Amino acid sequence: MTQTTLIEPPGRLNLPRSADLWRARDVVVRLAQRDIIVRYRQTVLGVAWVIIQPVMSAGVFSLIFGSVAKLSSDGLPFFLFTFVGTLSWNLFNGVLTRSAGSLLANQALVAKVFFPRLLVPISTAASCVLDFAVGLCVGVGLLFFYQVNPGWAVLLLPLWALLFALLGLGVGMAASALTVKYRDVGYVLPWLLQILLYASPVAYAVSSVPERLRWLFEANPLTWYLNEFRWSLLGVGAPPLWQIAGSIVLALLVAFVGVLYFQSHEREFADVI
Amino acid sequence: MLQKDFAVRAEHLGKTYRLGTTQPRPSTLAESVLTRLRGGERRTDTGRFEALDDISFEIPHGEALGIVGRNGAGKSTLLKILTRVTAPTRGKLEFRGRMGSLLEVGTGFHPELTGRENIYLNGALLGMNKAEITRQFDAIVDFSGMEKFLDTPVKRYSSGMYVRLAFAVAAHLETEILAIDEVLAVGDAEFQRKSLDKMREAATQGRTVLYVSHMLHTVKTLCTSAILLERGRLVHHGSVDSTLQAYSSSFAHYAAMQEDPENRQGLGDIRFEQVWMGTEQLASGDDFEIGFRVPPAARPLGVNPYWVSAHIVDEGGTIIAQCDSRLNGMTYSADRAQRGRLIVKNLWLKPGTYSVDLFACQAGGVQDAWDAAARFEVLPQLRYAALAASDGMDKGLVFADFQYEAGAR
Repeated sequence: MTQTTLIEPPGRLNLPRSADLWRARDVVVRLAQRDIIVRYRQTVLGVAWVIIQPVMSAGVFSLIFGSVAKLSSDGLPFFLFTFVGTLSWNLFNGVLTRSAGSLLANQALVAKVFFPRLLVPISTAASCVLDFAVGLCVGVGLLFFYQVNPGWAVLLLPLWALLFALLGLGVGMAASALTVKYRDVGYVLPWLLQILLYASPVAYAVSSVPERLRWLFEANPLTWYLNEFRWSLLGVGAPPLWQIAGSIVLALLVAFVGVLYFQSHEREFADVI
Repeated sequence: MLQKDFAVRAEHLGKTYRLGTTQPRPSTLAESVLTRLRGGERRTDTGRFEALDDISFEIPHGEALGIVGRNGAGKSTLLKILTRVTAPTRGKLEFRGRMGSLLEVGTGFHPELTGRENIYLNGALLGMNKAEITRQFDAIVDFSGMEKFLDTPVKRYSSGMYVRLAFAVAAHLETEILAIDEVLAVGDAEFQRKSLDKMREAATQGRTVLYVSHMLHTVKTLCTSAILLERGRLVHHGSVDSTLQAYSSSFAHYAAMQEDPENRQGLGDIRFEQVWMGTEQLASGDDFEIGFRVPPAARPLGVNPYWVSAHIVDEGGTIIAQCDSRLNGMTYSADRAQRGRLIVKNLWLKPGTYSVDLFACQAGGVQDAWDAAARFEVLPQLRYAALAASDGMDKGLVFADFQYEAGAR
């Protein structure tokens, strides 16, 4: 029996059909593959860029924040400390930025062929996760080099990576849908992320923040995720339980709202883009 | 309505575009705030455009349906709704089986990827799964004739090679329903023939084909039934012949409607008042003349001069020639009445009926678009020195002034 498809004017709550998503799984794979291949084709250094980027920025950060500003790294080698921060920040930042721009980058597809549009931002996450995985290998090498043993908490690392990426993807999906209508988003986002990078403890420890301002940094959700990464990779103390719980709830909530917002505008993308 | 074996069924389908969102729409937040402050939002609400209205039809399994109509009749919108690229505003649509679409060949091709990689990517986007593509891979490559270039990035392909490969992928879709939007006009004659055969094969294998075109002869060769759309409404559904007949008889009606500027598209500050032909019957290759009269612009315009463009269109809707006054270095001033004349020379049209679409344009956009402003007939009096059987001249869109010569080497 062949299946029957019914097309109706979109309702308010337009949740994706899981069957449609599953049937189009090849699309995600192919789009992700395309992103990865295209990024390093016709580059001399190729995949080496994945390693060079975080190593260089961690180097610059440790020079400025460690040697010049002499901020605290909780007693760890400063380079290792900032490398882990950069690695996790890049995961979040990459997923958010790429998914936010994904619909515009695939304008022709969106206007011409049908497939669940949700797959466009999702597929961009793959290349960021790959970057993260490669960077992580370097990170593990650094752990051995500096002889730091993170202990059993390292087992939780995949969870933190998933949550942080989910947070970025949630914001990115909503932003990509918004960009279809308002191109402003594309200008505002990089600027906001730049500010967030310095406002979050990526290249310094929260402990180096003056006591009376610390609550502000503790309230920044990005701090929670960065602390979790450091706990799992550097063996510094576990973040408070409320931060862990908060990070889980927030990531799921943002991803859910992101999907809802994206879907509520999905059917008009082709008309407006 | 009962348990009939339909493949596609549309019930009261409609699509409304808000002109505010398709014409100069706010594309930044600031602009949208500004228009709202100016109270512009109210205006956009009244500017609605019914691209499709109250379309109902049912297509049984295995039918090849042609969708015909003039430009802007809603053909492409209908196809976009069928293929779920855009959503309907009203009504519903049901179809049984998988729907594959060939809306634009090569969408999703990435210039940096090789031919092989693009086959997989494009196949997935069109709705084939991995096993299907792998199974069809050799057939696709064979059909395109691109074996040698499979591992070359497609940005190094010529445009012909690009289209061949793209079409080859699309042609191997194995969905129960196939929606096609004028993709046959690609490639050389040989490749076009191959493509047409492939389409016909799809139709004879019991698949349902929906084919949008304004090239009537391909509809004739490909389709078993057809629907005619006119200004967003379905005006005829029946056999191909009866639909094509309805299409041409609706022409006179349509031309009469177009005489009223209210029914014409364009910004409307400059409108043609009258258009006439020097003679409405001519022999192939005769010079002919199109006259037009334009009153001064309705209001003072920022950009004053406008240019005129005439399209010579054959019965099938194909534009045979475009005569744009800019190519003569000629523009007209909008602040006074104009009486212009276009003389076309050395155009060897084939016998048949032709219409002239006339446009008045400024840099800011089209001011007036008068479809079928004039009509004329080319009589079957040929310029050639000798006669030949019809197979000597039935190919091609126009005749040419040519001369064969012979000489011993």
